Amino acid sequence: MNKLTETLLSLISDYQPGGTFTGAYNIREDGGCAGRQSSENVTITPKLGKPGIDIFVSPKTRGETVYIPACVTHSGVDDLVYNDFIIGEGADVTIVAGCGVHTEGEEESRHNGIHHFHLGRGSRVLYLEKHVGIGEGSGARRINPVTRADLEEDAYMEMDTTQIGGVDATERLTEAVVGKGAKLIIREKLLTEGRQTAKTAFTVTLQGEDSRADIVSRSVAKGESKQSFCSVMTGESRCAGHSECDAIIMDSASVSAAPELMANHLDAALIHEAAIGKIAGEQLIKLMTLGLSEQEAETKIIEGFLK
Amino acid sequence: MLELRNITVDVPNVREILRGIDLTVEKGKLVVLTGPNGGGKSTLAKVVAGIQPPTSGSIFFEGEDITHLSITERARRGIAFAFQQPVRFKGITVRDLISLASGEELDETRLCALLRDVGLCARDYIDREVDASLSGGEIKRIEIACALSRRAKLTIFDEPEAGIDLWSFQSLIGVFERLRGHMEGTIMIISHQERILAVADEIAVLNDGHITAFGPRETMLPDLLGGERCACCPGQDAGCIDKGGMGA
Repeated sequence: MNKLTETLLSLISDYQPGGTFTGAYNIREDGGCAGRQSSENVTITPKLGKPGIDIFVSPKTRGETVYIPACVTHSGVDDLVYNDFIIGEGADVTIVAGCGVHTEGEEESRHNGIHHFHLGRGSRVLYLEKHVGIGEGSGARRINPVTRADLEEDAYMEMDTTQIGGVDATERLTEAVVGKGAKLIIREKLLTEGRQTAKTAFTVTLQGEDSRADIVSRSVAKGESKQSFCSVMTGESRCAGHSECDAIIMDSASVSAAPELMANHLDAALIHEAAIGKIAGEQLIKLMTLGLSEQEAETKIIEGFLK
Repeated sequence: MLELRNITVDVPNVREILRGIDLTVEKGKLVVLTGPNGGGKSTLAKVVAGIQPPTSGSIFFEGEDITHLSITERARRGIAFAFQQPVRFKGITVRDLISLASGEELDETRLCALLRDVGLCARDYIDREVDASLSGGEIKRIEIACALSRRAKLTIFDEPEAGIDLWSFQSLIGVFERLRGHMEGTIMIISHQERILAVADEIAVLNDGHITAFGPRETMLPDLLGGERCACCPGQDAGCIDKGGMGA
């Protein structure tokens, strides 16, 4: 594992340089494998015929954390990976994924991570995904994550996905089908600056009776960056769905929000909230009356908003 | 410690205008600014905090001309301001806001004491966001706790009683009485509440952009309360109904 991978790992997870992960992990470095370990309850095996791994979590596994980070450390890498997560019935685990891309040259580098989750009955997953881009190179840093999730009866998935600057272009696709009594929670936090672009799209189908979904996307667009948010939530039975897109726009950035709700059942209760606006003047004034400068106030407001 | 010299505010986007305010507030005093709605009280408070620049006139704070200082610079010199309508923030918790206000990370004991003074239980509130999930009364109390935590030389409260229930109001009066007793700083309160007027050292009446009366509580209060009864009693002053816009 090279030094840059270590730096990137410490940015996207709780990894300490010079240390290691405990439990099951797979570290992807420039399209190769820089380390892999299975545990008693979590088995990681490489795929045959295409890049990627299968992660099997045994039924009733409790309290384990699985690390699946991917790092691209130099310009001119085009990485594509398929990772499948098969979560056994009644398991309860945390999965730390995330991706870091570093470019030092003019050529762009790209990571396309396609993650597919199969959550067995009554299983619970906390999925943490953090994306970072670093390096002095002019080559663009691109990260395009695709997340697909199938939640069986009474399963629960919470996805916490964060990208705070550094990535020049991102297309983030998330699709989920939520089964009977299952619940999906998504929290997305995005910050773009300079000339960065971010597209994010959610397609959630509330398939089973009493399925629930709650999607909240908060974003800040600075400089000349461009963001677009799109969500389609479909209710196919008695269900409750809520999606929210809340964006702060600054400088000469642009943000578009296109929420869509579709109810195919009388008892489908779907709500969407969308708001785009600059930082409220009264918020700045309030913090300035506490002794903060305008710049400090702005930073605090954004920090809180994306916390 | 605070001196306003011939302050006027007359700008198109401000509803309440000021027409030449002269006011001196002495160190350690609790001054209540009262008067009819729209008379200019909130505008005056904002002029002192630096939120509303005056059209003309000057402001001196501890002998220094602060007329052209920013909100931030005035805050750093020791002026605190509790808003009439507190501002909400997504993602900023009560603990964050009070820590920002006091300029340091506060321990639980201090946070507890501050929130208790405004009738809130710290355990229920410190990790809550200061957002739309708080009721009007809750956020108002947090606003007051925030201002108190600054231990500023001059603290201005714009209608602290608004949105506070009777039970907490009792406690709030206690807070002002204690502040006054300890002389921790100079306090200016904008209020219509008789109970708050009753703890003032001095009372100023602001009406239609002018200070129409200013003096110690002992002399001001009987006149004010007498005047209030008269104004509310139709028949004694036939003009007052028309003034209220209820005629024809």
